[in-house]
Amino acid sequence: MARTLPSVDVVFVGMGFTAAIIARELKDSSVKMVGLERGRARNTVPDFQSPSMHDELAFAVRHGLMQDLSQETVTFRNTPDQKALPMRQLGSFLPGTDLGGAGVHWNGQTFRFQPEDFRLRSHHEERYGRDIIAEELTIQDWGLTYEDLEPYYDRFEYLLGVGGYAGNVGGEIRPGGNPFEAKRSRDYPNPPTAPAYLGVLFAKAAMELGYSPYQVPSSNMTRAYTNPEGVRLEPCMVCGYCERFGCEHFAKSSPQTTLLPVVLQQPNFALRTNAHVTRVNLTPDGKHATGVTYIDLATGQETIQPAELVVLSAFAFHNPRLMLLSGIGKSYDPSTGEGNVGRNYAYQTMGSVSLFYDEDVELNQFMGAGALGTVISDYVSDNFDHSKLGFIGGAYICAYTTGARPIEYHPVPPGTPRWGLAWKQAVARYYNHTGGLQVHGQSCARRTNYVDLDPTYKDAFGQPLLRITFDFPENDLRMSHYVTDRAGEIAERMGASQVVVNPRTAPYSVVPYQTTHNTGGAIMGADPKTSACNRYGQSWDVPNVFVTGTALFPQNASYNPTDTVGALAYWTADAIKTRYLSSPAPLVQP
Amino acid sequence: MSEISRRNLFRAAGVLGASAAIPAELRAEARQSRPSPAARQQAHPKPAARAPYRFFNTLEAAFIEAAVDRLIPPDSQWTGAVGAGVPGYIDLQLAGAYGQGARLYRSGPWDTGLPSQGYQLALTPAQLYRTAIASLDRQLKQHVSSGAKNAPAFARLSSDDQDGVLRDLEAGKMDLSGIPSAVFFETLLANTIEGFFSDPMYGGNRDMVGWRMIGFPGAYATYLGIYTNHGERFTREPMSIAQSPQEHHPMPGGLPPFDSGVQRRG
Repeated sequence: MARTLPSVDVVFVGMGFTAAIIARELKDSSVKMVGLERGRARNTVPDFQSPSMHDELAFAVRHGLMQDLSQETVTFRNTPDQKALPMRQLGSFLPGTDLGGAGVHWNGQTFRFQPEDFRLRSHHEERYGRDIIAEELTIQDWGLTYEDLEPYYDRFEYLLGVGGYAGNVGGEIRPGGNPFEAKRSRDYPNPPTAPAYLGVLFAKAAMELGYSPYQVPSSNMTRAYTNPEGVRLEPCMVCGYCERFGCEHFAKSSPQTTLLPVVLQQPNFALRTNAHVTRVNLTPDGKHATGVTYIDLATGQETIQPAELVVLSAFAFHNPRLMLLSGIGKSYDPSTGEGNVGRNYAYQTMGSVSLFYDEDVELNQFMGAGALGTVISDYVSDNFDHSKLGFIGGAYICAYTTGARPIEYHPVPPGTPRWGLAWKQAVARYYNHTGGLQVHGQSCARRTNYVDLDPTYKDAFGQPLLRITFDFPENDLRMSHYVTDRAGEIAERMGASQVVVNPRTAPYSVVPYQTTHNTGGAIMGADPKTSACNRYGQSWDVPNVFVTGTALFPQNASYNPTDTVGALAYWTADAIKTRYLSSPAPLVQP
Repeated sequence: MSEISRRNLFRAAGVLGASAAIPAELRAEARQSRPSPAARQQAHPKPAARAPYRFFNTLEAAFIEAAVDRLIPPDSQWTGAVGAGVPGYIDLQLAGAYGQGARLYRSGPWDTGLPSQGYQLALTPAQLYRTAIASLDRQLKQHVSSGAKNAPAFARLSSDDQDGVLRDLEAGKMDLSGIPSAVFFETLLANTIEGFFSDPMYGGNRDMVGWRMIGFPGAYATYLGIYTNHGERFTREPMSIAQSPQEHHPMPGGLPPFDSGVQRRG
């Protein structure tokens, strides 16, 4: 028998960055909020401390901070005619778990999307005509513009304490920054990172070819910083245990280091951990949410938390899954193109270039930080002429130095045996003398790439798993070949004795790690038939349900998603605070 | 089994017995040239008295000790997987949570699947090793007509023949009681590399030999002052977790830490 708790005004499902942002923006309101987190509570002290955090096996290889698949995973197939099978081990992507979510183990690479990314279909049709977009691509406009989001990007970047050199402040293009970035209202709050050796080699070669290298905007602090919430962060120590790890130094922006210390002190907010939400409860007509049901994992007690407003603020997969489990919206069917929930699942199209150097070139990449990189944006989005290329979209090319932990990083040139004496000696020879360029590419939505509920496999609570159907569209493979070749040209000038170009190829596999930039499934848009949410992240079908995070992205851009995730959370929070609370109704009339 | 793997096994059968009595570790030592005593100590840490295995039985231990030293063999400069303690590392992993399939989604139904769908066996890593090694041993013995019938077969092969068997496993040419041999091989190779490069507290990478070999410094907490000294060789001794200073940072900003596990009722 489920117990029912007293009603609250707002309930959050998942306590990561986006829920913390919205809860903080509502701090002065009278609304009573509860944050439900299915994982445990954790904080910099004592959970992310040296020396135990410097453990590649526990955190990077055994995924100590990531989702426990024995409780819940996803199923996967490449195409709708295949049988989806469960992803039994983590590989291609690493959803976080516990308080703070993936915001604890991210890298801190903090890019804004470009204006055309938000008008992807319109922009390309206007510039090139309709024929440039392949028929199978279901790319859409977001229903909002870069100009709408700019103030919220600014809020988020000052919360995080991003270090960078702005390339465009108020329309003035500044050498040394990213000349392709859209107009920003002011500088970054902190100075850029000092480049690593590989970054210097990259920058020199890129400039010789006429490109415009700059330092990746970094949420690893470049100096001590107190953010507008009064929370202090410390300088990054470049220890090389950043991506996949929690930061011991209070130097990587996370919910714990930027917001939770103040959110958890708000009288109108309560955190409840070990609370696994199984569904959003609806009125009999299915048009209004009455709260959520969760299982208290400490006791097994099924619990009903009534609420006036439900915010689905979990990782990308969980938001559309909860909508489908709860009957919010209509499940997308690729054979008819109908259904607004589950459509436009997208990812990131990753290529790379390997550079093998002589033994006297000491790259020392074990001295690294998650966002320590030197990058060019010349081949991002529509920053280059696509009229004769046969594809749309692009990729950034970056020399990252994020740490070279040897279980996972021991590169050898092609042709080296995979084990044995020759392999061992090649590992010793090449470990400190091999660099790489990352080609971080856009992912276009495609008719047959989507998520829905799996008909066979269940989670630990007996509920259907989310099923992912995904493969790279031909458009994106062409893009990856083209931009990775350009990266190879830069690499040829970087002084390596051997350069190997690795563009993205099909089929997509869930086995090797690629990125955790899974997007779509509960996308925003202008039309309730082809989007799950309106431009504020509000469900078209159940208007007292809001969605946050990358599930809202109609497709994925070249850049990393976190800056846009944070900006959208501030944007949604503003709409809730200034419009929805006083008049709880659809914020957009379809 | 294919013709190629059968050829390897028959070739192997002919030489069985020649080196069977010599433990892998000693054979490795015999092949090495002798560097200076100090360098030798670091490159070839003195084998500690081996802890008893928690998971492996005699047959499994013999296979693992022989196989991992072919995957990462000793050479004149650096010891191999056995010298680095990798068998003990894998044993502890299989005896612990990893071996029991912690964090592995283990519900059926079971299907072979496509390579892009990843691991689809019903077995935990511990079950995978147990089943695969026993099956391999039975198959190898079918081709052995001389030597001690009950002795573990793989360990008695010559190095070249061991490599041949490992190549067959890698290429997926064998069926190990229903386990595709490539799945077992990839697990073994991954665990061997883990044992060579993980922190020594897990039982492998003895005296940080894997780190010394490549120049990885281990668990340093900061390179802030030096990462911008581009191209300069890092010469400080590596550091393991056990050697790291163990102190917590203070919470900054005058804010009290929020306690793990404490929940406020809304």
